[in-house]
Amino acid sequence: MPLPMTPLAITAYTASSALGCGLAAQLDGLRAAHSSLRPNDFSSAPLDCWIGRVDGVEACTLPTNLTAWTCRNNQLAWLGLQQDGFTDRVATARARYGADRIALLLGTSTASIGATEEAYRRLDPDGGFADDMLRPAIHAPHSLTAFAATALALEGPSLTVSTACSSSAKVFASAARMLQLGLIDAAVVGGVDSLCDSVLFGFNALELVSADRCRPFDAARDGISIGEAAGFALLERVEQAPRAPRLIGYGESSDAHHMSTPHPDGLGAELALHEALARAGVDASRVDYINLHGTASQKNDAVEAALVNRCFPASTRASSTKGFTGHTLGAAGIVEAAIVLLAIEHGLIPGNLGSECADPDCGPSFAWRNERQPVSVALSNSFGFGGNNACLAFARGEVAA
Amino acid sequence: MSPLQVHVDGIGLWSPQLADFAALRALLDGATVAPPAARPAAALLPSNERRRAPESVLLAIEVAGQAVAMSRHQAVSLVSIFASAHGDQTITDYMCSTLARQPDALSPTRFHNSVHNAPAGYWSIATGCHAASTSVCAQQASFGAALLEAVSQLLAAQAPVLLVCSDTGAGPPLCEVTGCSQSFGSALVLAPHAGPSSRARLNVQLRRGHTISELPEPLAGWRAGNASASALPLLTLLARGSGSCTVAANGRNDLQIDMESIA
Repeated sequence: MPLPMTPLAITAYTASSALGCGLAAQLDGLRAAHSSLRPNDFSSAPLDCWIGRVDGVEACTLPTNLTAWTCRNNQLAWLGLQQDGFTDRVATARARYGADRIALLLGTSTASIGATEEAYRRLDPDGGFADDMLRPAIHAPHSLTAFAATALALEGPSLTVSTACSSSAKVFASAARMLQLGLIDAAVVGGVDSLCDSVLFGFNALELVSADRCRPFDAARDGISIGEAAGFALLERVEQAPRAPRLIGYGESSDAHHMSTPHPDGLGAELALHEALARAGVDASRVDYINLHGTASQKNDAVEAALVNRCFPASTRASSTKGFTGHTLGAAGIVEAAIVLLAIEHGLIPGNLGSECADPDCGPSFAWRNERQPVSVALSNSFGFGGNNACLAFARGEVAA
Repeated sequence: MSPLQVHVDGIGLWSPQLADFAALRALLDGATVAPPAARPAAALLPSNERRRAPESVLLAIEVAGQAVAMSRHQAVSLVSIFASAHGDQTITDYMCSTLARQPDALSPTRFHNSVHNAPAGYWSIATGCHAASTSVCAQQASFGAALLEAVSQLLAAQAPVLLVCSDTGAGPPLCEVTGCSQSFGSALVLAPHAGPSSRARLNVQLRRGHTISELPEPLAGWRAGNASASALPLLTLLARGSGSCTVAANGRNDLQIDMESIA
């Protein structure tokens, strides 16, 4: 097991999902136990399912110098960056450290593949891309990060992590290592995934999409609801902001089992969990809240409920928030990290929205409805296709004297 | 920043012209090199997986397997970093064409093989490796950015890592925008300390600038036709024994790599 890590301050963060843009919208939605899912009005052909769609993405116009980057994913990224004063906080960090001392590490599952899909829907008669789609930068999986580097004027290490639904959790681990080595002084981490036909029809082909609103950990759950989201966080050394909430641990592992179903015993998930706890230097009993991956797929939820039952006491509260936002795929890690940080800041355990009839295999840790209690240490689980697992540990900052 | 020091314990390479790292050495020595079979063998995959796996996976597994075999490390214990500028373009082409025509006909297998971490998934399953694995990209700088991530993982954990960087070619219309027309893949097993298999010591430094090392033909042409072939300056150094090179780490920075031979 790894040694404890030096905690890092999260000096700014933001999230935008179908609940709305910015942290206040996430918090209001969580408090009101409000699902943002709606009947699918997005896909290019009908598909009977519910989606978590962010309002206003199409109307979002990129500044003139960035118009070549225009596509749904980058519009959502831009919308997300404008919330909660995030770009100003990055500008302050840039002035303090220099643009080349700040890493940009973003996770995405499909980046702007939606733009490539569009190019194929309206190919020229000669079979090539239409002139307005001949923009190489948006037809690459690095599109999001390259766009954000330009938008934020960052010049340090820049990397896209694309490990399906664990992508924007793993960027925290990369940032922590680069800071530990002194390669950088700060990191912007986060992720964006946007609705597109690839994921809607792809997950549908795998029979993983529910025709109804997703019901995580429900006895009758029958699949996911796909959502879209953008989220970002700024990581700096704790001395810069002792009272800011902290990243205190991370764990990463591989199931080595199957491309699209989790290990039946949760082997990889448990390895990631124990690694995160070891880096955090806390044992499971100190964890107040776990934001679960909880996709509402039959197998994920069964494996994860068993993991919670065997590793945590009832005092550790656990829930999935996919019922609020849908499964935002590569953005799930950052959105749920933001929800965990809100839980710490506001003493709110979000209830496991969407479940009417709890799966009897879920133990006493499950918070079926919102609960109010102080949260000092909290975890977020993110698991992806290919058996790729990540677990992040967060904690409250120094309390004012 | 002082240089980051790592050791190269294993090297894998595959392109339509070169079967492995030894073939690159021979080519640089002026020998005529016989091309490999059309599809990478990827012998580490179980035969049923090998039949089903897309070419992007075969290529990544082939070079990863070569590097690990040369390094004599156990695949089961290696943290891995898989990089690819474009993922599997054949699958992207299939998915986008199918979605444009008949979206509900999409193949579930090809969808799950479309994730950027498909090679990492197949690798971990084939080797039974539960260690951390990441899959990354950075456009034309994918190799350099992934090398920096690999070095950072290795130094943070003080344990060896496997770095794979590979892209397969595509036809039109996709290659018009990706510029990736032929396959190229390479892999390195990197270790924090010199061991019995270590062949070279690298001092790696991130620095401002954009001076990418020149390459002799035909290698320069390969780099122009495949982002993953931007590993070639380092692979060439490894083949020749010592020297320095630069590879792009992102739009603004290079990795300066100074190499000394150990063997």
